[in-house]
Amino acid sequence: MLNYVIKRIAIAIPTLLILIVISFVLMHAAPGGPFNSEKPLPPQVLANIEAKYGLDQPLWKQMVNYVVGLVTEFDMGPSFKYKDRSVNEIIAQGFPITITYGVLSFIVAVTVGVSLGAIAAIRQNTWIDYLAVGISIGAQVLPNFVMAPLLVLTFTLWLGWLPGGGWNGGQWQYLIMPVIALSTSYMASIARITRSSMLEVLNTNYIRTATAKGLPAKTIFFRHALKPAMLPVISYLGPAFVGMITGSVVIDMYFSTGGMGQFFVNSALTRDYSVMMGITILIGLLTIMFNLVVDLLYAWIDPKIRY
Amino acid sequence: MLVDSQKVGDLAENLAKMDEVKGRSLWGDALRRFKQNKAAMVSLIILTLVILFSLTGQFLTPWSNEEIDWNIMGNVAEMGKPSFETGHYFGADDLGRDLYARVVQGSRISLMVGVVGALIAVIVGTLYGAVAGYVGGRTDQIMMRIVDILMSIPYMFVLILLLVVFGRSVVMLFVGIGLISWLDMSRIVRGQTLTIKNKEFVEAAQAMGVPGFKIIMKHIVPNLLGVVAVYATLLVPGMILTESFISFLGLGVQEPSTSWGALISEGAGTIQYGTPWQLWFPLAFFVVSLFCFFFIGDGLRDALDPKDR
Repeated sequence: MLNYVIKRIAIAIPTLLILIVISFVLMHAAPGGPFNSEKPLPPQVLANIEAKYGLDQPLWKQMVNYVVGLVTEFDMGPSFKYKDRSVNEIIAQGFPITITYGVLSFIVAVTVGVSLGAIAAIRQNTWIDYLAVGISIGAQVLPNFVMAPLLVLTFTLWLGWLPGGGWNGGQWQYLIMPVIALSTSYMASIARITRSSMLEVLNTNYIRTATAKGLPAKTIFFRHALKPAMLPVISYLGPAFVGMITGSVVIDMYFSTGGMGQFFVNSALTRDYSVMMGITILIGLLTIMFNLVVDLLYAWIDPKIRY
Repeated sequence: MLVDSQKVGDLAENLAKMDEVKGRSLWGDALRRFKQNKAAMVSLIILTLVILFSLTGQFLTPWSNEEIDWNIMGNVAEMGKPSFETGHYFGADDLGRDLYARVVQGSRISLMVGVVGALIAVIVGTLYGAVAGYVGGRTDQIMMRIVDILMSIPYMFVLILLLVVFGRSVVMLFVGIGLISWLDMSRIVRGQTLTIKNKEFVEAAQAMGVPGFKIIMKHIVPNLLGVVAVYATLLVPGMILTESFISFLGLGVQEPSTSWGALISEGAGTIQYGTPWQLWFPLAFFVVSLFCFFFIGDGLRDALDPKDR
């Protein structure tokens, strides 16, 4: 097990390095530096500013400096646009917000999706099954950027129940719509996957044996069927996590929740490369760590997997 | 026992007259099964209509997608409603541009991005996966490890970085979306190749000394087409979703060009001004088309998947 963990981490490090190199090279391939503005600066001033941010050094040296700063003190450098703030400060402001509604959406998607799929499988070919399948087919064409305006239209403009955006310290009224918008399509996918894998498991011989032994349905379901049926769901959790964290950009933009996504898009529009890069790398790091956890979980549940 | 010579004669005659027995090919079977799938057939018809609409819809309206109707500008909520009298079949957007023309144009871009993105993914992914699977050994391991590494990169962020750095254009969208979308395809293709490469016909080709690349192109890739076709139809909606996502953020196609994502974004931003049609029409096209693609993909999978026979 320990070997496996070490091996996985050994793969994670080059992945992160590749991500850093890609973003770094992209950033410097850009025509026009970050300080090109409408009013051109005098060359001397420009040179001074570039020297201050270390942009006059050769590319490889900048990259080494960046990686060293990142590893030793998790320093992502200064923002190119906001003179008084570092990338770390910007991330520190947005990250807790993103994580709050992100984790909530993740929990909602998994719990609702799994329950819906499991109920549909147990009551196969009843109205409950058809309802669940209908919901999950419908919801897969309702990605976050479609759900968000529909929710605002319904709950803010027509019914007037919920505020149309903002964060307000994470009060529950402000959380409902972001969480629903972000989780719906993943909830649908999880429900579909759960239903089909649960059906497969329920048709196996050992479940029939358990039924023949006269075990109560509850025991069969929780003790025998649930765990193997969860395997495909667990392997979907990685992509779902990436999708949700990507989707948070839309949520932040549309609901003005003030999370990282808002900073990302703003920095994309103003070409604030260091902020873009910092957020990309942080999200890459999160993704890699999450995938590691998912793989370990998978290995723990599935005894067939050898490290 | 006496044989009825009359009957035997008839039989011989019948046999002689009978045309060559029509064989049932794999693709013929698949087509038959696909035709029986009502949801997939209806989806195919609707999708064809959407494609026709995106190609020819422009001829039915006097307005273009960038022209501003000065008569209604400033009072779009009242005068820009969808109506046949003003010629704005889907109404006008908040700037007074004809929404019908914009939806036509947006559909064209969205469908194009979907198809081209899927095409790039299919070509690159198939070749990459087939080579990795066929060559095997260390090459395979390295190639698949690269795919693993690329897969754990949050591609949407890299794609946005790419678009910002190299300028936003439709071509850049194609390249960017194509670059990231072949990964899944290459994995699926590699898995299939591994099973195909041990079949007798590949061995026969090897024994005759056919060079490796030719075996991949002539013997392995044609046998992958079924799987590839299914995943390609499921890729198209994925590509459309990606493009719409980026356009929704305002980082995709640039004005005056538009796409479903950009139109939904505009509609979503203006609902409080009393122009709901600006959201409904693009949204309807988006949702219906995606539904169709998913149903067709499912139908194709059922038709081509030998497991379900």
